[in-house]
Amino acid sequence: MSERKILVVGNGMVGHHFVESLVNARLNVSITVIGEEPRPAYDRVHLSDVFAGREPGELAMATREIYRDWGVDAHFGDPVSRIERDRKEVVTGKGRRFKYDKLILATGSYPFVPPVPGADHTRCLTYRTIDDLGQIRAKAKGSRVGVVVGGGLLGLECANALRNLGLETHVVEFAPGLMSVQLDEGGSRMLRHKVEALGVQVHTGKNTQNIDEGNAHALKMVFADGENLETDLIVFSAGIRPRDNLARETDLAVGKRGGIVIDYKCKTTDTDIFAIGECALFGGRIYGLVAPGYRMAEVVVKQLAGEEAQFQGADMSTKLKLLGVDVGSIGDFHGSAEGSMSFIFSDEREACYKRIVTSADGKLLLGAVLVGDCDGYDTLWQYYLNEIQLPLDVQCLIVPATEEAPLLGVGALPATATICSCHNVTKGDVVASVECGCCSLAEVKGKTKASTGCGGCSAMLKKLVDEELIVRGVTVDNSICEHFSHTRQELYHLARVGEIKNFDDMLAYHGRGRGCDICKPAVASIMASLWNEHILEHKHVGLQDTNDTFMANMQKDGTYSVVPRVAGGEITAEKLIVLGSVAQKYGLYTKITGGQRIDLFGASLNQLPAIWRELVEAGFETGHAYGKSLRTVKSCVGSSWCRYGVQDSVGMAILLENRYKGLRSPHKLKSAVSGCTRECAEAQSKDFGVIATENGWNLFVCGNGGMRPRHADLFATDLDDATLIRYIDRFLMFYIRTADHLQRTSVWMDSLDGGVAYLREVVIEDSLGIAAELEKQMSHIVQTYACEWKATLADPLKLNRFRQFVNSGEADSGVVFVKEREQIRPVRPEERLRLVAVTE
Amino acid sequence: MSGDDNMKAAPDYEWQSICTREDLVPGSGVCALVGTEQVALFYLPGEQPQLYAVSNRDPIGHANVLSRGVLGDIDGRLVVASPLYKQHFDLLTGDCLEQQDLQVGVYDVRLDGDTVLVAV
Ligand code: SRM
Ligand SMILES: Cc1cc2nc3c(=O)[nH]c(=O)nc-3n(C[C@H](O)[C@H](O)[C@H](O)COP(=O)(O)OP(=O)(O)OC[C@H]3O[C@@H](n4cnc5c(N)ncnc54)[C@H](O)[C@@H]3O)c2cc1C
Ligand code: SF4
Ligand code: FES
Repeated sequence: MSERKILVVGNGMVGHHFVESLVNARLNVSITVIGEEPRPAYDRVHLSDVFAGREPGELAMATREIYRDWGVDAHFGDPVSRIERDRKEVVTGKGRRFKYDKLILATGSYPFVPPVPGADHTRCLTYRTIDDLGQIRAKAKGSRVGVVVGGGLLGLECANALRNLGLETHVVEFAPGLMSVQLDEGGSRMLRHKVEALGVQVHTGKNTQNIDEGNAHALKMVFADGENLETDLIVFSAGIRPRDNLARETDLAVGKRGGIVIDYKCKTTDTDIFAIGECALFGGRIYGLVAPGYRMAEVVVKQLAGEEAQFQGADMSTKLKLLGVDVGSIGDFHGSAEGSMSFIFSDEREACYKRIVTSADGKLLLGAVLVGDCDGYDTLWQYYLNEIQLPLDVQCLIVPATEEAPLLGVGALPATATICSCHNVTKGDVVASVECGCCSLAEVKGKTKASTGCGGCSAMLKKLVDEELIVRGVTVDNSICEHFSHTRQELYHLARVGEIKNFDDMLAYHGRGRGCDICKPAVASIMASLWNEHILEHKHVGLQDTNDTFMANMQKDGTYSVVPRVAGGEITAEKLIVLGSVAQKYGLYTKITGGQRIDLFGASLNQLPAIWRELVEAGFETGHAYGKSLRTVKSCVGSSWCRYGVQDSVGMAILLENRYKGLRSPHKLKSAVSGCTRECAEAQSKDFGVIATENGWNLFVCGNGGMRPRHADLFATDLDDATLIRYIDRFLMFYIRTADHLQRTSVWMDSLDGGVAYLREVVIEDSLGIAAELEKQMSHIVQTYACEWKATLADPLKLNRFRQFVNSGEADSGVVFVKEREQIRPVRPEERLRLVAVTE
Repeated sequence: MSGDDNMKAAPDYEWQSICTREDLVPGSGVCALVGTEQVALFYLPGEQPQLYAVSNRDPIGHANVLSRGVLGDIDGRLVVASPLYKQHFDLLTGDCLEQQDLQVGVYDVRLDGDTVLVAV
């Protein structure tokens, strides 16, 4: 069989989609494309992005090269001017002739300009093509005021463009409200409210009669009601009209108000000619959106392949952000069906309007309007599209978050549910693409094309892909920074499995670039969790945050604080005296911390070693106040003294603190032990907390104080000492292995599938069979513990770093203290000025 | 010595020897006092040039701490992250990546054998 000649007129979004689908169908055909615009198809839907800074070139959907690679014969910048049906040929403006066996008309539409005298002025423009963009931009230069005629979807988008160009923007609409095609009256009113709040002036019910020369501005619009409005430019966006002239002139049937009549096979009245996209009239209707056009294109391709296919109309639901206002419209929102019920929620303070329309029995969603808040759109759309039965209390779908609002999670959808209506991609298609090996959102998009149209489905697609990947054990792209496209967990495992012991190897094997202040400390912490080497080892230098580098916490003026460990908060008088005399000797500010120990503030870099030498000699160890590691295990006084205490909480706190001190983890770790249920140590706000019982210990996990407090979960009860420690060992190691960088245990717990029950399975029942390994790893860390300060003091090379200046013994002149309540504090900026003035 | 290290000083600048290579910490920073100015010196043996010098003063945290920041690259620019509030400063231009109107001073610096020279 010789090649059939397929000729496509028009290379807009739909024409291009047709070509692409046809190429993918691998039929024995030759394809010719004739486009009027000087460039191949581009993404018209996102035209306005250019005003927000995107390059027009970035909108391209095809290039000449791609067409050439596909074997498509494409001609641009020369429109078809006539069809000669008897010869099965078309003729272009330049007089070239092309033969066809099948002709596809995808000529789109043009902006309607009302026949108003003066509308042909050079400052009256339209908005549909890249060339129009250029015109608008050029005319906006030096202009102050701009008017958009038409308050529909495109008109408002255009208004936003004018606003972005810095013009005082007006919208003039003939109808009484904005966006009357997509919104009911209430929604339209709310939208107007929001749009006006943005400084766009809206004039509704205005019939433009004349456009004259203006006085203060270039143009003057005169309305039927006698009022007028001066402006420097006008953009008409008063609706679209199908480009049906080619069909009309060759006597194909066209609609009364325009549009090439097609049947459900997208055939015109000539069986060899199809029409698709915005030029086609189906069931008395023009579909002014890309998705229906794409469906038509696919229907024609199928028929060319000899398959049965029908176009059955299309869903016109839309979700957009217009002038920054969320607007959504689904199905029959006017409630025109017999017996339908409406539920309306309107909040003028938050400027938010929602309406849903259900069937008479309340079981099906027929339509919805959302203005100001589109969060519920995806859920509503799924109810509508897939005819899912509504919950009994439907109103909860639009009344704002009573927390339980039953969002339809992607998990609840059937496989047939449409996720992307632009490209007709179902949940099943997405799942299949993941099954075929797509491992990221980008790959799924590439394979299914989902979310590459209007983009309205992107949030839902991401959720679905994430869930599917997680189910398959693939972690979702949570790259820790630009140097590693891995999560902390992944890096941890890579380091462990590959026995990677330094950052450079990590970067060489798994990263790119040179690293940064995010990944360096994260990798350093992983190295420490795994191999427990001294953090000032040569190879780890430069990786640590200043606090870890100098084993002290930097304060606002560049000095440091010194926090020795006081395990369990128990301290002897002798040691208290040492702390006091060291503070006195070096002139430090002292304070009891919230962690039951003592902080000495105001030490300069070069003082740190001397201070620590004295402290270490007196038996102190570093308190790791600087590290992402165990901080303190607080205690209450417990059974030794307290008349209610049932166990020795201080003893247990000291034991735990000494066991886990120095343990590097994704974030800091805190603990506490209380001697009875009165809970004076606040153990239930800690990463792991222990409360004494008559029979042993209750263990609580994943509590948090701080910015987002979380009450700890009761994990296990009445444990003996050995079991308690075994469980904590496993719990902590499992956290270290699986948590994200800077994720406290509380947040980690909330992200664990299965929550505390799952954690119990892993830790108590050893469901993963890793308990022994976790314990072994912990035991290695415990056995290799060494006080970092003690080790540093013994190593002159390491001490070399504690110099304020490499070439001078002077102090930092930027550090100035003043006295307050008998102690020092850093000088405040305003005081510094005064001080300088006095000394000079 | 590389071409970069051979930068000619402007006429009214004078190269001062500050310290030796030994005083530097590879992959990290130290601070030197040059006259009354605090200069943060960063030594990156794998880069070209190997040595960078910017003012030690963090203009956002208002403290002399930049020499104690973590080094790295952001979008291909070599930077130091302030240890106080983590803003990044370009080692070559002194520009602050987070706050375009802010800059820290940069100094001409070079190695002469093992001696570190700064132009002031
Ligand atoms: C010194 C101290 C305040 C005091 O004078 O009492 C303190 C001081 C700091 N806290 Fe704290 N926190 C101190 C007890 C606490 C407590 C109370 C406790 O531990 O019982 C909490 C709430 C409990 C908790 O963490 O769940 C606490 C919650 C925080 C948080 C919020 C953590 C969160 O998960 O939301 C931060 C910020 C962070 O870590 O990201 C923080 C961070 C800091 C930093 C590191 C802020 C900073 O970057 O400079 C402070 C530095 C201390 C320094 O220079 O030595 N600090 N901080 C306390 C030291 C305790 C100790 O002996 O180690
Ligand atoms: C600013 C803007 C925003 C939009 N936003 C959305 C949105 O959010 N969602 C949505 O679904 N839709 C949106 N649309 C509508 C969408 O762009 C159209 O539905 C879609 O472009 C229709 O595709 P089409 O191929 O049928 O027509 P077009 O894209 O218009 O392509 C037709 C092409 O045919 C060419 N042509 C016409 N006559 C001839 C001839 N005789 N010979 C050769 N070539 C010819 C034309 O020059 C044109 O290039 C928007 C439109 C605009 C302008
Ligand atoms: S509460 Fe804030 S100000 Fe107080 S110590 Fe903690 S971090 Fe610093
Ligand atoms: S619904 Fe438009 S891109 Fe998916």
